[in-house]
Amino acid sequence: MKQTLSRFAADYSMFFVLLLLCLFFSLMTIDAQHPSGSEAAEEVANEIIAQQGTKASVLIVAGKSREDIAFANALARRLEASGVTVLESTGSNPSQVRENLEALAVAEAPLSAIACTETISKWSVVSGAADKYPAFSRVAVIKPKSYLFPDFLKAGNLKNVAGQSAVFAIIAIGMTLVIITAGIDLSVGSLVALSAVSAALVIRDCFGGASAGPGGMLAGAAAAVALCGLVGLLSGVMVTAFGMPPFIVTLATMSIARGLAQILSRGQSIYQVPEDFSWLATGNSLGVPNEVVVMVVLYLIAHFVMTRTTFGRWVYAVGGNREAARLSGVPVFAVLLLVYVLSGALAGVGGVMEASRLGSGSPLYGNMYELYVITAVVVGGTSLAGGEGKIFGTLIGALTIAVIRNGMNLMNIESYTQGVVMGVLILAAVLIDAGKRKGYGRRVLGSLFAFGRVR
Amino acid sequence: MDATAGENASALLLSMTGIDKSYPGVQALSGANLSLRPGEVLGLLGENGAGKSTLMKVLGGAVLADGGSIEVDGAAMTFSSPAEASAAGIATIHQELSLVPTLSARENIFLSRRGWVRRGEEVEQTRKLLAMLGSDIDPETPCRDLSVAENQVVEIAGALREQARIVVMDEPTAALSVREVEQLFTVIRDLQRAGMGIIYISHRLEEIFQIADRVTVLRDGENVGDYRVSDITRTALIEAMVGRTLENEFPPRNTRIGDVRLKICNLNRGDAVQDVNFEVAAGEVLAVTGLVGSGRTEMARLIFGADMRDSGTIELDGKMLSHRSPRGAIENGICLLTEDRKAEGLVLGHSMRENFGLPNLSAWSRWGIIRRSAEKSALASHIAQLRLPAGGSERPARQLSGGNQQKLILAKWLERHCEVIIFDEPTRGIDVGARYQIYELMCALAKAGKVIIMISSELPEVLGIANRVLVMRGGGIVGTLADVENASEEEIMQLAFREETGAVAP
Repeated sequence: MKQTLSRFAADYSMFFVLLLLCLFFSLMTIDAQHPSGSEAAEEVANEIIAQQGTKASVLIVAGKSREDIAFANALARRLEASGVTVLESTGSNPSQVRENLEALAVAEAPLSAIACTETISKWSVVSGAADKYPAFSRVAVIKPKSYLFPDFLKAGNLKNVAGQSAVFAIIAIGMTLVIITAGIDLSVGSLVALSAVSAALVIRDCFGGASAGPGGMLAGAAAAVALCGLVGLLSGVMVTAFGMPPFIVTLATMSIARGLAQILSRGQSIYQVPEDFSWLATGNSLGVPNEVVVMVVLYLIAHFVMTRTTFGRWVYAVGGNREAARLSGVPVFAVLLLVYVLSGALAGVGGVMEASRLGSGSPLYGNMYELYVITAVVVGGTSLAGGEGKIFGTLIGALTIAVIRNGMNLMNIESYTQGVVMGVLILAAVLIDAGKRKGYGRRVLGSLFAFGRVR
Repeated sequence: MDATAGENASALLLSMTGIDKSYPGVQALSGANLSLRPGEVLGLLGENGAGKSTLMKVLGGAVLADGGSIEVDGAAMTFSSPAEASAAGIATIHQELSLVPTLSARENIFLSRRGWVRRGEEVEQTRKLLAMLGSDIDPETPCRDLSVAENQVVEIAGALREQARIVVMDEPTAALSVREVEQLFTVIRDLQRAGMGIIYISHRLEEIFQIADRVTVLRDGENVGDYRVSDITRTALIEAMVGRTLENEFPPRNTRIGDVRLKICNLNRGDAVQDVNFEVAAGEVLAVTGLVGSGRTEMARLIFGADMRDSGTIELDGKMLSHRSPRGAIENGICLLTEDRKAEGLVLGHSMRENFGLPNLSAWSRWGIIRRSAEKSALASHIAQLRLPAGGSERPARQLSGGNQQKLILAKWLERHCEVIIFDEPTRGIDVGARYQIYELMCALAKAGKVIIMISSELPEVLGIANRVLVMRGGGIVGTLADVENASEEEIMQLAFREETGAVAP
């Protein structure tokens, strides 16, 4: 158990960095939280009944937002059910509230409490009602109790972080494989654009655009992923059969893919996709956004493939020592080809997600994504020298980046500063990696001598 | 025991006394001593892990000792960096060359010099230094275009320029041909005559007997002996190194030879391999020898499918084999233990288990999913059988000693049940104790009816374990010695060298 833990600690040291970051942003974004909606109504109703019993007579003041209306309706229903008199519910703006109060004062209504939300309780017309209208001098203003909680840890925000990282994280799976083989794939950002454009185009031109059914959308997505896989195949062939350096090859396919996206879309965004197309990214199943579900499923599959299958072993071996792998009977070319195809196809999946998120396909999508994705992989502990790397490390890397971006946004740090922080993060990740390696080196030496002794 | 005792200590060029060094969990050196006189070649011997390299690292300033003293010319020194050691006149010629391959001989020799480059003067000096070493290398040739031997000469020239007086040579002959070794020895004798002290580390005992005046033997970080070379026998030296008596350096040969299994006919590839024909029978160990570059390794790579053959046939048990890749060769039951274990044999950063599994995954997997239990039990049985370090299956292959690395490579092929096993320099860089075990394994495999081909430059081992010897030169087979028991090293050398004294082949 202890061993498993320490191995986990060594393999996923970034995980602890991620936890620390979460802790940091949680502390920095602690703020007063004001409950709203029907939950808040329940609480306020209980408070009123506890203070004044069922003979109370309450004026409910709430705004026009959906949350406020839910609050007002739920509160009125709850109070009336308990026999409390509910006076007119008003809201929207202070002058309207004043008119209301004045009317009630004139009518000498038996008002005993004003129930309102946190924001409205600060309006002077509400907070000063007791002083202004002698008739209401004993009226209590009752609002939902506020409490301290980090903005960062709110469920909505956490979902947001996961959603923001999903597209990068999915592309980063393919990039991890490529980098483990000691290669690099710069084309993924352009492939996101190509994929988004071609998916939207297929839906528009072959399946009737906005009126396309699920089959049409599926066909569009499949075509897009296949096209990107094909571009990946092109990169793979260049790298294997012609022995060209992956950096140059994918620099070229990056340009080709972006150009193709521009040609296919004639430089325009394609909006003619059905409303339902956004279900893939932003719809909810099982309480989390679908894109997060897709991401998690793909990561589980990738982890299994890389740790438990022949193909996974081969990928590591090709990156660790290509010649030794070849002489051990590993089909090196086939492995490399498949890795580049997978990287392309996964970038295609990312592009379909992006199109779904944004409800259109544009040739401008995915700009600079390759850099974010490489950052995620490197931060996740995969060595650019090849042969080493962990799929879940990459997930942690992608989440780390999303957390930092999100946290900085919550702290109102401007985007220029964020760029600097990202750069420092990359350097720190690589430094940590180098440090680990150095310690490693010492251990290697030590055990070599131990061997001599044993013999 | 101590040959230096009684002589004037002040005449010593170098004296290291009571050197201690420990790494976490390991005492690498405990009270090691070493002395060197001007004009002396000292052989430093010991098994891998005995502390030779650590001692030399302390001397070279790469490692700081925990205790002990170093005196150069009677003056106490501490070296906390390689630069300080080199300033004190100590130069190390590493096993892996440490020249910048893209720079010329001149640029490498003057690499450590500060200030402006004075090219003309440097060329002049380089020529002079190289001439002193009996070499006519062009100072402006990039080092990557020079042979290993020439690179070594350049390194030695660099040491001379820095006025080194103590030269440490760590396995300098590992990648040299017989002739180049002779040239190196000439250079060493010149250095010796000039009053320099040379510390010579090698696993090849015959070289020690040829070149060294005195040997110091280390075992487990301690001195176990200091002998004049003229006073000791080869066997006694080996016994000092391994710390036990050795009955034989080679296991007994298998004498029951069966039917011919492997037939190679008219194998060709460009100039490297020309018209090679031979047969190997079950039960025999066939040795292939010759100078470096004689086509031995190239021939093995053709049989293994690592390179494409232009023509020729390979027949195993009467079946023509037509593989065109190592993958195909492995499927046909042929394997090759490469000469360069680190670059071609192992994925060094990966664990023993992963390296072991590489060619065997298909046997343990269904639909590409590996059954881990099958993998683990297969590895465990080989670990026990080959006496590999137990419990080390998750340790990176890099951490294994040379002998264990070789055994690991052998294990992965044994698991594959290969019928033809080609060993290319199987004992290079492997210490005496582990060597015997590898010889034993080879003989046992031969006895079990496998086809064993051993490529080797080390004539004692060729004559010691082979049943038959092929000698190659210029890509072709120039002789076969069937009666190995009565063959001599000279006989092989004559075959290997014959035409080199005459007209040079185009």
